[in-house]
Amino acid sequence: MKENAQRILANPKFQELVQKRSAFAWTLSVAMLVIYFGFILLVAFGKGFLGTPIAGGVTTWGIPVGLFTIISAFILTGIYVNRANGEFDELNRQIMEESK
Amino acid sequence: MRSLVNRVGAAAAAAGALIPASVYAAAVEGQVQKQSTNYEAIVMFLIFVVATLGITYWAARRTKSAKDFYAAGGGITGFQNGLAIAGDYMSAASFLGIAGLVYTSGFDGLIFSVGWLVGWPIILFLVAERLRNLGKYTFADVASYRFQQTPIRTLAACGSLATVTFYLIAQMVGAGKLIQLLFGLDYVVAVVLVGVLMIAYVTFGGMLATTWVQIIKAVLLLSGASFMAFAVLAKFGFSPEALFARATELHPKSISIMAPGALITDPVSAISLGMALMFGTAGLPHILMRFFTVSDAKEARKSVFYATGFIGYFYILTFIIGFGAIVLLLAPDASGAYPFLDAAKLAAAGGKPAPAMIIGGSNMAAIHTANAVGGNLFYGFISAVAFATILAVVAGLTLAGASAVSHDLYASVIAKGRASEHDEIRVSKITTVIIGIVSIFLGIAFENQNVAFMVGLAFVIAASANFPILLMSMFWGKMTTRGAVIGGWVGLISSVTLLVLGPTVWKSVLGNPAAIFPYDNPGAFTIPLSFLAIWFFSITDNSQTAQDERRSFQAQYIRSQTGLGAEGASAH
Repeated sequence: MKENAQRILANPKFQELVQKRSAFAWTLSVAMLVIYFGFILLVAFGKGFLGTPIAGGVTTWGIPVGLFTIISAFILTGIYVNRANGEFDELNRQIMEESK
Repeated sequence: MRSLVNRVGAAAAAAGALIPASVYAAAVEGQVQKQSTNYEAIVMFLIFVVATLGITYWAARRTKSAKDFYAAGGGITGFQNGLAIAGDYMSAASFLGIAGLVYTSGFDGLIFSVGWLVGWPIILFLVAERLRNLGKYTFADVASYRFQQTPIRTLAACGSLATVTFYLIAQMVGAGKLIQLLFGLDYVVAVVLVGVLMIAYVTFGGMLATTWVQIIKAVLLLSGASFMAFAVLAKFGFSPEALFARATELHPKSISIMAPGALITDPVSAISLGMALMFGTAGLPHILMRFFTVSDAKEARKSVFYATGFIGYFYILTFIIGFGAIVLLLAPDASGAYPFLDAAKLAAAGGKPAPAMIIGGSNMAAIHTANAVGGNLFYGFISAVAFATILAVVAGLTLAGASAVSHDLYASVIAKGRASEHDEIRVSKITTVIIGIVSIFLGIAFENQNVAFMVGLAFVIAASANFPILLMSMFWGKMTTRGAVIGGWVGLISSVTLLVLGPTVWKSVLGNPAAIFPYDNPGAFTIPLSFLAIWFFSITDNSQTAQDERRSFQAQYIRSQTGLGAEGASAH
C-alpha cells in the first residue's frame, strides 16, 4: 500500500490527472459561484433591475435571470460528468494499473 | 383565545351583513361540499400509503447487512440513484413550501429554488468524488480519516442531529397539515400519526426501502407536478406572460410579486440565505450517503447529473404551480365563491380575498391547486404523493440522524469499534424512536411556519457546522484536530444560538415581543466564522499529534484523488 502510494506519487500521469482535474473542477465551481452569487447580489442590491418588466409586459427580468441560473447548474454538471467519466477515469485507470 | 374567537365571529357577522348574501352562502357551501367528497381522495391516499409500506416490508426482508441498511447494498444504477437523490430533495419543503412561498410572496420563492439547486454542482465538482474515493458514508468518516476519532465523531454526530432535527420539523409540519386537511383531524393528532408511521417505516426498512420508495415517489411526483403546471399554463394558452398578468391582477401585492423583496427585504438577509442554501446541501447528512448506493464513481457522477436535471425541472414546475395557486385560489369560481379560502376569514375581510385566508395555511397551496385543476381524484393522488414524499424524506433523514448516533457516537466513540453490526443496528433503531418522538413535539410547536423557510434554517446549521470541516479536511493539509473540532463547534453553536434568538423562533414560536438577533438566517456570519476558527486554531497548533496529522494528509490526498485502497474500506 505504502509502496503503491509512492509509485503513484512518482507517476507523471498522477500529477497530470490531479492538475487537470483540479483546474477543471475549480473553473466550473467558480463559474457556478459567479453565476449564483451574481443572482443573489442582484436580489440584494439590484432589485430595481430584477423587477423591471421586459418589453412593457408583466414578466420581469428576474424570471429569465432565475431560469438561467437553474439551467446553468444543469449544464455545468453535464460538462463535468462528460469529461470526468471519459478522460479522467481513463487516466485514473492507467495510474492504478501502473502502480501494481 | 375565547375573546379572539368572539372577535372573529363578530367581525364575520358584521362583514356578512355588508356583502351580498349569495357570495357568503356559496362560500359556505363550497366548504361543506369539499368535506363530503373527500372520500375519493382518502381512498386514493390510503391505497398509496399501504403500497409504500408494502415496498418497505419487501425491502426489509432483503436487508441483511449494515451496508444494506445504510447504503442499499451499493447496487443501484446512476439513473435510479439520480431519481432517489431528486426524491430526497423534492421534499415537503420544495413541493409544498416553494409553491406556498410563491403563492404568498411571488418571485422570492424562486430564490429558494435556485439556492437549493446550485449546491449540487459544487458538491459534484469539489466534494463527491473525493468522498467516494475515500470510501466513507458520512462526513464524520471523512473528517476522522486523519484526525482523532472521538472529538470529531462527537461533533459530527451533534451537527448531524441538529440539522436533521430542523429539517424534520419542516416535514412534520407539512405532513401534519396535509393529514389535518384531508381527514379533518386535529393538527396534534395528525402530527402524532405521522411520527408513528415514520418510526415504523425506518425501523423496518432502512436505506434500501427508502431508496426504492424515493425512486417510485420521484417519478409520481414529477408526473403529477408536470400535469399541474401543464394544466395551469393551458388555461393561459401556454403564455407565462398571461399567467403572470392575471396573477398580478388577483394578488393583493399586485405587480410587486414579480420582483424580489416581498419576503427577503434587506441585502444581508439575501446574501445570508444565498450562502446557507448553496453550502448547506454539501453538509446535509442524508444526502452524502446517497453517493454510496451506486456501484462506482462513474455512476455516482451520473446520478448527480440526472438529479440536477430532475430537481431543476421540478423547481421550475413548483414556480408555475405557485402562480397557478394565485390565479386559481384567489379567483372566484363560476358561482362567485372561493372554495379554497376560509369562509370566515374571507367574510371578515369583507369578501376581499388574500393569500393568507387559504384553508390549512399557505403550505397547502399546491394541494388545493391540484384539486382546482384535476378534481377530487387528482387531489387525493397529489396528497398521497406529497405524503409519501414526506414519509420517505423523513425516513432518510431519521436514518441519517440515527446512523450519526449508532455509527459515530456508539460504535466508534462509546464502544471503540468493538460493537457488532447487530448492536449498531439496534442502537440506530432506538435512536429512530427517540428522534421520532422529539420531532412530534417540535412539529406541534412550529405549526404555522412555512416549510421551505424552515428547511432554510436547517441548511444554515449544515453549512456552518458540517460544510467547513468537510471542505477544509479534503483541501487543506495543514488542518489539525484542534482546528476542526473548535471550528465545527463554533459553527454549530453560533448557528443554533442565532437561529433561536432570530425572529422565527424567538418571536414567532416562543412568542417574545421582539427578536434579539435581527436576521432570520445567520449564514453570512456563522459560515465565515467557522472557516476562520478552523484556520486559526489549526495554524496555531504545534503539538506532536498536529504534526503527525499534517504528515498523514498525503496518504489521504492520494486516495481521495485515485480511490487507492478504498475498495476494502467501503465494506465496513
